[in-house]
Amino acid sequence: MFENLQSQFILNFVDDDRWRYLVNGLLVTLKITFFAALLGLLIGFIIAMIRGAYQGTGKYRLANSICSLYLTIIRGTPVVVQLMIIYFVIFGSVRIDKSLVAILAFGINSGAYQAEIFRSGIQAIPRGQYEAGRSLGFSYKQTMLTVIMPQAIKNVVPTLLNEFIALLKETSVAGYIALEDLTKGGDIIRSRTYSAFMPLIAVALIYLLLVLLMEQGVKLIERRLHKYDKR
Amino acid sequence: MTRDNMEKPLLEVQGLIKKFDRRNILDGIDAKFYKGDVVCVIGPSGSGKSTFLRCLNRLEEPTGGHIIFEGTDICDINTDIDKHRQKMGMVFQQFNLFPHMTVMDNLTCAPIKLQGKSKEAAQDKAHELLEKVGLGNRGKDFPARLSGGQQQRIAIVRALCMEPDVMLFDEPTSALDPEMVGEVLNVMKDLAEQKMTMIVVTHEMGFAKEVANRVMFLDGGKFIEENTPEEFFAHPQNERTKLFLSKVL
Repeated sequence: MFENLQSQFILNFVDDDRWRYLVNGLLVTLKITFFAALLGLLIGFIIAMIRGAYQGTGKYRLANSICSLYLTIIRGTPVVVQLMIIYFVIFGSVRIDKSLVAILAFGINSGAYQAEIFRSGIQAIPRGQYEAGRSLGFSYKQTMLTVIMPQAIKNVVPTLLNEFIALLKETSVAGYIALEDLTKGGDIIRSRTYSAFMPLIAVALIYLLLVLLMEQGVKLIERRLHKYDKR
Repeated sequence: MTRDNMEKPLLEVQGLIKKFDRRNILDGIDAKFYKGDVVCVIGPSGSGKSTFLRCLNRLEEPTGGHIIFEGTDICDINTDIDKHRQKMGMVFQQFNLFPHMTVMDNLTCAPIKLQGKSKEAAQDKAHELLEKVGLGNRGKDFPARLSGGQQQRIAIVRALCMEPDVMLFDEPTSALDPEMVGEVLNVMKDLAEQKMTMIVVTHEMGFAKEVANRVMFLDGGKFIEENTPEEFFAHPQNERTKLFLSKVL
């Protein structure tokens, strides 16, 4: 039994340096997750500000409608389909780096969810905070920047980090555009060795480890954020 | 009033109307407030006292009418309301201190950002005022560490740091534990003695009697009686005023 496992291990990871598929795949996964999270952060923040400004002041009517449409489409369709549309339709006739496409697709997708997270964070701030800011003479924008956003961001950081964890796992469908991420890397090994157990379990363990690490990070940050809340 | 001939009001309200869902909360209000006035606005709950006060700096957008502050109609869409709000301090029932800032940052953020004061100048001013309300040593604390009474005194100081020409108080003691009401009223009393113009929506009849120079009674969206506190409490004229006073005194 043990010898069997050992020979399986050698076959799947050591022979022909197959472990490289996992390492290279992991790097690709980390890269697209990181940049997609950043892109999503930017998109989410901008959308939340536009929608908030529209609700608060009635300005940016057109921009608000565009944002609503964007949210509806992105949240109403699967991310795999969006990924394939961007790669095969939008960039169908252009040669383009696949990781860039993946970053775009996952960033645009995550942005929609992050926008909602920001919005709920802003809405959770009592109206009196906004009124106090305005009553001092701060403009809408100044009130948002000095009073509302610092509090809202503190509220949303844990939820946002959980969104990043979800994003990490979602990028596992990047193989649909033949991008060799972690999942695809394991799958390539499986197709070479005709054994599924080792490579897939290894892939699963690596994801699990990453998620656990990120969750620890969330806890640490949460604790630091709430240091000043105690009476 | 003969006073009209002598001086212009600091703040004048003309035909102020506020509707919520077609219901008139404020039904064509006229009022004048002069420099150094300490006016208490009283009335039954739901009479529109808070709405009236919040219309004065347009936290509540009036449906109609004019508000003339220091000679400018601040209801005009072309006026920069943010500029005028800097001159109208406001104190809320729920204090509304910024919980993510220290007391000192609460007090100095607006003077630094809006009046271009240096950090040192703003802090000196803030510290001087904190001393006056007996909280000189709390500058580094976060609001959550302070009692309600302390928070409200700091909220008053925050408004004062902008050196306003008028202070609006929206039931400043209603959210406080009874033993903390006094410390806040004392700060307001000191402020009145320094000739600050104050418009106070309150249920504190004692404060109205002792500190105000005018009491205005709001009911059904209109001021139905207005007088010096002595006359107002001793000889109310209107039936509704009499009924109200018989319940609260």
